[in-house]
Amino acid sequence: MTTPQPVNAPSLWARFATSLEDQRVLGYVLMAPALLLIVIFIAYPFVLGVWMSLTDKIVGTPGTYIGLGNYERLFASDIFLTAAWNTVFFTTVATVFKAVLGMWLAVLLNRRFRFANITRASVLLPFIVPTVLSTLAWLWMFDATFSVFNWTLRWMWQMEISILGLVLKENWGFFRGPLWLGDPDLAMASVILVNVWRGLPFFAISFLAGLQTIPPDLYDAADIDGASGWKKFWHVTLPLIKPVAIVVIVFSIVVTFADFQLVYILTRGGPNNETHLLATLAYQLGMGSGNIGQGAAVALFMLPILAVVIIFQLWYLRREGVR
Amino acid sequence: MQKKITQRGSGVTRRDFIATTSAAGVAATAFLGGKAPAFASNHKLHYLQWSSFIPDADAEIRRQVEEFSKAAGVEVTVEMINQNDMTPRITAAIESGEGADVMLLINNQPHLFANGLVDHGALMSELAGGDIYDWANGAVTVDGVARAVPLFNIGNAIVYRKDVFDELGLSAPNTWDEYLEVGRALKNNNLPVGQTLGHTFGDAPSFAYPLLWSFGGMEVDASGKVVVNSAETHQALAFAKEFWEAACDPGGLAWDDTSNNRAFLGQTIGATLNGASIYFVARRKFPDLADKLAHVNNPEGPGGRYHVIGPRSPAIMKYSEEQDAAADFIRFMFQDDNFSQFITVNSGYVQGLTPKWENHPVWDSDPALKIFSTNAKYGRSYGHAGPWNRASGEVAEKYIVVDMFARAVQGEDPKEIAAWGQKEMENVYGA
Repeated sequence: MTTPQPVNAPSLWARFATSLEDQRVLGYVLMAPALLLIVIFIAYPFVLGVWMSLTDKIVGTPGTYIGLGNYERLFASDIFLTAAWNTVFFTTVATVFKAVLGMWLAVLLNRRFRFANITRASVLLPFIVPTVLSTLAWLWMFDATFSVFNWTLRWMWQMEISILGLVLKENWGFFRGPLWLGDPDLAMASVILVNVWRGLPFFAISFLAGLQTIPPDLYDAADIDGASGWKKFWHVTLPLIKPVAIVVIVFSIVVTFADFQLVYILTRGGPNNETHLLATLAYQLGMGSGNIGQGAAVALFMLPILAVVIIFQLWYLRREGVR
Repeated sequence: MQKKITQRGSGVTRRDFIATTSAAGVAATAFLGGKAPAFASNHKLHYLQWSSFIPDADAEIRRQVEEFSKAAGVEVTVEMINQNDMTPRITAAIESGEGADVMLLINNQPHLFANGLVDHGALMSELAGGDIYDWANGAVTVDGVARAVPLFNIGNAIVYRKDVFDELGLSAPNTWDEYLEVGRALKNNNLPVGQTLGHTFGDAPSFAYPLLWSFGGMEVDASGKVVVNSAETHQALAFAKEFWEAACDPGGLAWDDTSNNRAFLGQTIGATLNGASIYFVARRKFPDLADKLAHVNNPEGPGGRYHVIGPRSPAIMKYSEEQDAAADFIRFMFQDDNFSQFITVNSGYVQGLTPKWENHPVWDSDPALKIFSTNAKYGRSYGHAGPWNRASGEVAEKYIVVDMFARAVQGEDPKEIAAWGQKEMENVYGA
């Protein structure tokens, strides 16, 4: 009597390999590496951050769950409220300046002139130089005692040149010029100035790319209709560049809102917390004080605000895509 | 029905491609995730500390490391970084359980990072004995357990232009009122007092806290209750405003820890509170100026005379696998001959933390630095008169006391400022 031979079942690997012939399976397999990266580097830290913000974690301890205790404590602190307001103000003003000046610069760069390419390339320099290095240079320029700006002002004073009446005659011996980083209002203005200086090239070059996609025929037609330069900008340039502008502005808002380096190097949030941003406060609490739960709560406070901005961007892009 | 997709022409199916790259990925993961090959060496130690303003001090530490390395048969890596970068490095190391075995902590960092540090009780008893200054003891003792061993302190004093003082008929100030009059005269002669009230870890709190204490104000009382909103604090704030307007360079609101050094050496200010680093740089680069410098302790107020002090304390990390070697390394640094040499190369920039080091020969080598030997006895810590705990560290880290004085010199009402400080401190202390 002969026993029946067992049929050789396909190995696990062979079955997996065969299943790859199914496009749906193959799609998931191809997405898996990217998904893995997102889970490891974005989702996991995010979930961990949310969890930490709900604990009293300090460095070296796991922390215990305290619900919204960290948020309650933050809202009871004037320092946090000041930093939150500063962040909104800093982002709004800096973004408006970057958008307006960026558009202006892009329109200028879009003209034909000698050395146009070199000029366009050099405009990018502030964006290319590492932020820490360029900000250190600004720190030197804003120095309360040896500021190059103030040195120029003093030199002009000695030359008896008045600048828009901006000369202080009292205590001239100690007037070393404006306290760029010492006066609360000027400090915020200085920080915004550096942010605008650094971010302007990104706006200008992005807008320039948008401008170059606009067909010249439209301007020719506007010329024939007798449109002025302003009308051409308002009725031709602006509507056609709007999709690019929206993406650039929203992206800039997100990055500016979470800015850290400029303030950390220039003022560390001083004077009197007048330049403190949420990012620098989160660092101060989490890394400086070892109060990681509080630091995480400050950082997460940015989330709902930025989420609204991003949802608007996605909604707008989808609407434009449908059109 | 399944579609079969084949990359025609190349003979490689998508299935082949996936299989091959998957295998390569698995192999790479195994390699990267595995342990590095073991070396034949015995023990390795990683020591992290700040980069001193005194280059010779760093050179001396490197010499000690090399000597210890040879004697103990331990390969020691020493890393020196900017003090401002130390805190994030310590935080990251403790959280990840990986990093230097021994770190040089500052001020009350043993309180902030207590959970990541081993019990140093035995080492503390062996090396510091019972002679260590109380404030240094308090800086490292958390809930009765030593979390580091205080090694040295960097003092501070008012450095001033003795030649200008002589010219104007001024004496070194002993009280805040005298300092006000001295400063007024200096400012009238275009060499004001230079003082930072910005967000900077060294000079700003070193000025603000002693000024508060010397008028009798304090952050918390001995029981830990926040009491900063007091009549004494109001007086200190009101005095600060008068002092700032009459005597100080207004630029100080924007200064960092290096600004007053540059201003003094640039001869735009006539006095400033600082470590001895201004004098050392002057001695090296501007010897004529160095001969004109002198130092004096902080002025005395109605509540006494104070200095902010902060020990530098080597600490062994809990995660370290070389805790015995780390303890031996700390013992080596504490050896009398090594520490004496360390004090000598610092030329008075640092002080030992037991009274016997007050008689070190270095204090007789240069009269300009003699005052620093007496500095430590006026020392108090952040959070005085309460314990130097994590909350007082957070108050300092948030610059609450510094900002109280920064607001005062800009004209805000002292009572409103003190109420603000009370609220913010209670938020930290959890009152």
